[in-house]
Amino acid sequence: MKGSVAVVGGGIAGIQAALDLADSGFKTYLIESRPSIGGTMSQLDKTFPTNDCAMCILSPKLVETGRHPNIELLSYSDVKSITGKAGDFKVKVVKKARYVDETKCTGCGTCTEKCPTKVLDEYNAGMSKRKAIYIPFAQAIPRVATIDASKCMYLTKGKCGVCKKVCGPKAVDYEQKDKEIELDVGSVVLATGFKPFDPSVLKQYRFDHPDVITSLQFERLLSASGPTQGHVTKQSDGKVPKKIAFIQCVGSRNPRINRKHCSSVCCMYATKESIIAKEHDSDLDITIFHIDIRAFGKNFEEFYNRAQKEYGIKYINSRPPEVIVDAKNALSLKYEDFNAGELKTENFDMVVLSIGLDPSDSTRALAGSSGIALDNFGNIATNMGSPVETSVPGIYVCGAAQGPKDIPDTVAQASAAAAKAAALLSAERGTLIKERKFPDEKILSPEPRIGVFICHCGINIGSVVNVPNVVEYAKTLPNVAHAQEMLYACSSDSQVTIKDAIAKNNLNRVVVASCTPRTHEPLFQNTCREAGLNPYLFELANIREHCSWVHMKEKEKATEKAKGVVQMAVAKSALFQPLYKQKVSLINSAVVLGGGVAGMTAALDIANNGYRVTLVEKETELGGMLKEMTELYDGKKPADVLKELIQKVNENKNIVVVNEAKLIKVEGYLGNFKGIIQANGKEMPVDFGAAVVATGARNFEPAGLFNYGKDSRVVTQAQLEKMLGNSISAKTITMVQCVGARNKEREYCGRTCCIDAVKNAVRIKKANSNANVYVLYRDMRTYGVMERLYENARDLGIIFIKYDAEKPPAVQDGAVTVHDSMLNEDIEIASDLVVLSTPLVAGENEEINQLFKIPLDKNKFFLEAHPKLRPVDFATDGVFLCGSAQAPKLLDEAISQASAAASRACTILSRKFIETEGAVSVVNEAKCIGCGTCVTVCPYNAPSLQDVTVKAEEVTYTAKKSRINPAACKGCGSCAAACPAGAITAQHFSSKEIGEAINAFNKGVKSISIEQKTGTVEVIV
Amino acid sequence: MSAEAAPAKTDGWEPKIVAFCCNWCSYGGADSAGMGRFQQPPTARIIRVMCSGRIDPLHVFNAFLEGADAVLVTGCHIGDCHYVNGNDKTKIKYKFLENVVRELGLEKERLQLNWISASEGEKFANFIRDVTAQIKKLGPSPLKPGGVS
Repeated sequence: MKGSVAVVGGGIAGIQAALDLADSGFKTYLIESRPSIGGTMSQLDKTFPTNDCAMCILSPKLVETGRHPNIELLSYSDVKSITGKAGDFKVKVVKKARYVDETKCTGCGTCTEKCPTKVLDEYNAGMSKRKAIYIPFAQAIPRVATIDASKCMYLTKGKCGVCKKVCGPKAVDYEQKDKEIELDVGSVVLATGFKPFDPSVLKQYRFDHPDVITSLQFERLLSASGPTQGHVTKQSDGKVPKKIAFIQCVGSRNPRINRKHCSSVCCMYATKESIIAKEHDSDLDITIFHIDIRAFGKNFEEFYNRAQKEYGIKYINSRPPEVIVDAKNALSLKYEDFNAGELKTENFDMVVLSIGLDPSDSTRALAGSSGIALDNFGNIATNMGSPVETSVPGIYVCGAAQGPKDIPDTVAQASAAAAKAAALLSAERGTLIKERKFPDEKILSPEPRIGVFICHCGINIGSVVNVPNVVEYAKTLPNVAHAQEMLYACSSDSQVTIKDAIAKNNLNRVVVASCTPRTHEPLFQNTCREAGLNPYLFELANIREHCSWVHMKEKEKATEKAKGVVQMAVAKSALFQPLYKQKVSLINSAVVLGGGVAGMTAALDIANNGYRVTLVEKETELGGMLKEMTELYDGKKPADVLKELIQKVNENKNIVVVNEAKLIKVEGYLGNFKGIIQANGKEMPVDFGAAVVATGARNFEPAGLFNYGKDSRVVTQAQLEKMLGNSISAKTITMVQCVGARNKEREYCGRTCCIDAVKNAVRIKKANSNANVYVLYRDMRTYGVMERLYENARDLGIIFIKYDAEKPPAVQDGAVTVHDSMLNEDIEIASDLVVLSTPLVAGENEEINQLFKIPLDKNKFFLEAHPKLRPVDFATDGVFLCGSAQAPKLLDEAISQASAAASRACTILSRKFIETEGAVSVVNEAKCIGCGTCVTVCPYNAPSLQDVTVKAEEVTYTAKKSRINPAACKGCGSCAAACPAGAITAQHFSSKEIGEAINAFNKGVKSISIEQKTGTVEVIV
Repeated sequence: MSAEAAPAKTDGWEPKIVAFCCNWCSYGGADSAGMGRFQQPPTARIIRVMCSGRIDPLHVFNAFLEGADAVLVTGCHIGDCHYVNGNDKTKIKYKFLENVVRELGLEKERLQLNWISASEGEKFANFIRDVTAQIKKLGPSPLKPGGVS
């Protein structure tokens, strides 16, 4: 057995899986076919439903992956085959010739600038040109150039050779060949993603017309790094469009071209793209043509409502059969307006095709060569109860390779796959990893000797800010012992230069003037550490995001500002002192709250990773809501799944189950929580390092709605589910969707109700083909591969009737009347049984929210740390989330999330110690008056008042003094700002340090003249 | 918001603005302004703190006494604080600050509070642009060493 894992695919799924595995003690190979990791997410402008900038949240993950000591990145490499068995796989990888030596290339971009050959840029979805030698995008990892062999003039015709001539570090190597290597790994995670559907096969949509573009192309048009710098323009004439149409389900929900699945994400990305386009240009007229709007995820319905109400985006429930191009090359769409009951033709300036997600070619090829089973859609096959396990034991899958899904579901599955691989290999944990070693810190001389490194960032800074001028200015500042410019301060060769400069000039403070510390501070801090400097002796001066990029037309003023920003950083850094993170031991066990499927799965995965778990269940037995179900979506019996799961939990030596119990008290912090569990009237203490909240949700009781509770013929879908455990006698059954959901009271979509309804409708029809089953719906949200259930239901003759929220159905004496919004007429259905599909609502989450200080959203479900990239984390370290406690979800989704939460918990439990924040607050006891203000303001219980013996002159007495626990302090500095005695210092952000920076700004940039070899340069204020 | 309206004596004069930004939201907003290339006047200098809750009223007074023409206090939107509730504390302190600054005889435009998320680059740029225009109309801070008034 090997303590290593191969992750195939470097999109967000592969990145997350690799980071989790590497953080849990496994050597991880991340294999990506393209020149850079990042996948499709790197091409996105924003992410729904928060409209977060996609690159801003992705880029730190790229950097982290690129520099992780336990991740070996094999970019521009293809996996040929996987052989062997669980614990011992051999993975054949072809490292494609990039014709550039990765170890020598600094990513400076000179070659790409000089290369004369232009080719279509796939990063911009073919809407701009790149060079034949290229770096795919600005934040690419690895940041090295790649030669496009099929386009390069030298490699195709033997002419040119410019890139080799201009390359400073001599990295270009035309002789490079493909290289095959073999990796020995214990497990494999497949994260091969998807392929965007190619709409050219659907000739009727006229993708040949320049103003008919795909949604991915539109995304690039919206992006500031896109072909038009974020200005939406027509490809035909460069003019700004006034009217744009989106056509949904292009390459999805279309059996004629064998695309029977729903792609799950298109409704929301079309909504997102429309909102962003409207934010850029509020006069834009946008119409989205759709079949159903599938806004099923957390906050999606709210996003969809905002799109209509706040942004005026029009949604039309009709799929136009074709795009019409007239003699003048203008575009129009013909569609059926159901409200007006007529055919309409409307002109548009631009048509965006919302293309679906196809299984990727590499998924297919790899599955074929390695004997991994695919499902009917071409995705990697899994089961409802084991959503990340492939047909080959030891090989796991995550993300869109398993079926279309959005980013948070992908990220959760990625962590889930990591948990499974880690559990399989837990005996080998830590055997193949290396820890970063840094040299001892050097002794600091009393005077600050500051080194200033000013970055051109290629042309990003240098084309606006006069960098040499800033360098000369920096040299005149107090305490500056060295100043120089750099083309890319972040490149690996620059790190060597910085380290050499530190040694040569005996520097003891370092200032880099480049980009934002939010992404790049850790990089330079590590460089300082490698040179024997404490990482807190470093400061970044942001002269890119905050200067060159926002003052592009004011070059002189931008240069002056850059000088000022550098001056402030220099003044502040002179006061820096070394700070140390403390290593605190931790408790390698977890508490899982909730004994449903999610809680049991999380507990099992943590236990199988080798850590003890206390599973706390409030009821008398395990099982949660799955106990109420009588059939799963794949036809399997929930009781069987449950029985197996409960047995596994009970047999696992690492798990202690406490029934009829709840956690009533928690103190402490990440790695060291102390809690009290109350069970059977007794209280018992429990110590743990991490916690998983899996407390589920409950069914909404539609009291008073549709005669529920008064008429025994009116039941909920959950009740029907139970009834279907036996046969039912009702002959005409009418289901009403969205009862108590998607309304003013509860704006969210119940996510699972459509799928539950369709599943049960099919069960009824299969048991009794004479039964009449009606489903009254607003939008059928059978997303992803669940679309097959919906298709099956229609084939079986189940009747679906669409109604408007404004004209809801009515139930009277078993008769259901509904206004069919497609036929525009009233229908009455005499029903034996009326079934109300209600959503899940939050359980009693307030208690736990108070216990751990973890937030709830407006619907009282738990609020995750980040809706996209941290779907199972809380902002509070060491506490994780899964299942319906976060939002309603299907069984397989809850299981994925539970494994994901386990994986995240294991990244903590597998540590030998916890490192505390270094820049914490400290109390000067001599000044402290023991008032306790700091205790009140701190949200982490870090300060506490202690009795301290004080000796003053002749008197000895006991006084209250505040002490801050550095392990609990997060370094926010609120206490320092609140302390009335000025006794608290927020280290690294002390009042003195902040004061020096302000002072440096307001003193202004002094007018000085500098003697240079070439003459005198006047530096003007 | 044009410079033409400014008094003649401040022609060509650029205000100095100190902007306190929290690491997680408003500093990120300023970064996003850069990434989105949202142009803004080069009048502001950002002081990064981890949380807006770190901003001590003394830092703000210090900035004015050192000659800032305006001071901006920025942080995460209420409910979004990375440190649970630091910005709630900022809001309370800001009320006090506002009063003191008014007592000092400074115009209300010279001290402003704004919640800016890490994704609101355009909002950040607009904020700097608007404040710069407002301060240009007012002229240099009367507290400025050697300033007007």
